[in-house]
Amino acid sequence: MAQLFEFEKPIAELVVRIAEIQKFSADKGIDLSQEVATLEKKVALLKKEIYGNLEPWQKVQIARHSERPNFYDYAPLLFEDFTELKGDRLFADDRSVAGGIALFHGIVVTVIAQVKGKDTKENIKRNFGMPHPEGYRKAVRLMDQAEKFGRPILTFIDTPGAACDLGAEERGQGEAIARCLLAMSGYHVPVISTVIGEGGSGGALALGAGNVLLMLENSFYSVIAPESCASILWKDTTKAKEAAAALKFTAQDLLRLGVADELVRESQGGAHNNLNQTADELSQVISKYLIRLRSESPEVLREKRYEKLRTIGFFHETADINLTKDLT
Amino acid sequence: MFKDIFRKTKYVTIKSGQMQNRTPSEVSMQGEVVGISKKELPDGLWVKCPKCGEVLFNKDIEENARVCTTCEHHFRISANARLALLVDENSFEEWDAELTTLDSLEFPGYEEKLIEAQEKSGMTEGILTGRARIEDIPFVVAINEASFMMGSMGSVVGEKIARAIERAIELRLPVVIFSTSGGARMQEGILSLYQMAKTSAALGKLAENRLLYISVLTDPTFGGVTASYASLGDIMISEPNALIGFTGPRVIKQTMRQELPKGAQTAEFNQEHGLIDLIVARTQMRSVLARLLRYHQEGAQYGATV
Repeated sequence: MAQLFEFEKPIAELVVRIAEIQKFSADKGIDLSQEVATLEKKVALLKKEIYGNLEPWQKVQIARHSERPNFYDYAPLLFEDFTELKGDRLFADDRSVAGGIALFHGIVVTVIAQVKGKDTKENIKRNFGMPHPEGYRKAVRLMDQAEKFGRPILTFIDTPGAACDLGAEERGQGEAIARCLLAMSGYHVPVISTVIGEGGSGGALALGAGNVLLMLENSFYSVIAPESCASILWKDTTKAKEAAAALKFTAQDLLRLGVADELVRESQGGAHNNLNQTADELSQVISKYLIRLRSESPEVLREKRYEKLRTIGFFHETADINLTKDLT
Repeated sequence: MFKDIFRKTKYVTIKSGQMQNRTPSEVSMQGEVVGISKKELPDGLWVKCPKCGEVLFNKDIEENARVCTTCEHHFRISANARLALLVDENSFEEWDAELTTLDSLEFPGYEEKLIEAQEKSGMTEGILTGRARIEDIPFVVAINEASFMMGSMGSVVGEKIARAIERAIELRLPVVIFSTSGGARMQEGILSLYQMAKTSAALGKLAENRLLYISVLTDPTFGGVTASYASLGDIMISEPNALIGFTGPRVIKQTMRQELPKGAQTAEFNQEHGLIDLIVARTQMRSVLARLLRYHQEGAQYGATV
């Protein structure tokens, strides 16, 4: 059985109770099908109630679920013939970033994705989905190729953040991310980015400055991890739940703030409950935007991407007298 | 005259071992041992160098671009002070000063923090932008203000930088940005994060127009600012000993349980690892920038033989 969250326990209890009744009914030969049907209806209602009203912190838990589908789970369902290409040609191949060429609805595309592991062993191999500079440099190399051959670029975001260690600093983590942002702003091909799990700060943004930003409905995308935010605000990492609400980082928040363009429906309770169904939804939404973007001219694609980034952010145009009166 | 009496007298340099023998009155509020009680020290007359420990006459530091006269430690300076040191007198024309912050996420404590930052810095936001001249060469300048929420980048800082770059393209002027920043501003969430993309994309346009961008990294430059506009200079300059990196040393220690070696993330470390072109002392900054700007003036033909 999948990892169960505290907020899912009422559902699980009812499911166990139904199983007990069914067993009792079979053992004693008593027909309790009506009772079972009533309880099953109750389960359905409860699921709708609980999963339909998830709090930000609960979404964080789902997005970080140990069985949350990662890019390699989606790849065979989204693409035909994904051919993975490796290395940044400068230092190494970063296994927290996968990239390559694939067929998507009959269109040749370049794919770049961040990949977390599913268990400790794989997580160590993939550095918990935290790319080093070589991962971002591999991304730029493959995206430059996409531009050269006129292929649309699809990126998939799923990282707690960029790697933060001495090696990352020595090899210019900041520069590597900045180059991703600069490169992406110049392409003449469609760029569609999708947050499939966790969107952790600058390390996520490096693959997120495209024409369109899609988000799976239980994913989140934040300037800072809720635990770190809680530690700064309240000097208490256990207040991550409060920080999660304050940061307004859920897919629904980002849609409201004009950062995300559309949300992708997940199977009930999270993508891990039904990978095929979620992949199917994802495929359809990406396809819709890809068709739309491919009808634009290369120059327009680039200009619209710039315009989109240019309009993100809110501010006052005139000085607030109250705040500035003593400053002259 | 007065200066000669008070500077570098014997009692002002104290070895750390002597600390214990001092009475509380000899240790200032900042923990600086000054040898005489705080009462006798007129405010702002003296300053202790955090690097060499020398207690210096404030006026001497001011006259030396706020660089320690003993060890050349570069004290942090305000955006306005830097501007005054850098550009030709009366040449600065400020842009977009009317842009002010909107607490669009209604983030806990943000409004109070903003008011506090404005009082502390005397500025409406964490960056100064506009156009100016150095040795009569016109250019677009942006300078982060460290005392405004650690120079962090929210919507206003990102927008002011993007507008300055776009105007530089219209006016066909080079751009010089001095960064001092903790990174993207937490209080504006995802909106701050996307200012990194916004400023980087604007620099892409500048590059496409073949205009020069010089990035000057000053102490400290970290996070989302390092990972965007600050790292994209045609020429990358830093002040000596400035701390520059992506992740701060405290966070690396906490999350990776990794202690960075001594000297890591300094300007010199970054230069050794191929990330910075030049390390320039503040006292030399004006003349070095003038030279670089001159190289890139349109129609410049140094050494042309025809």
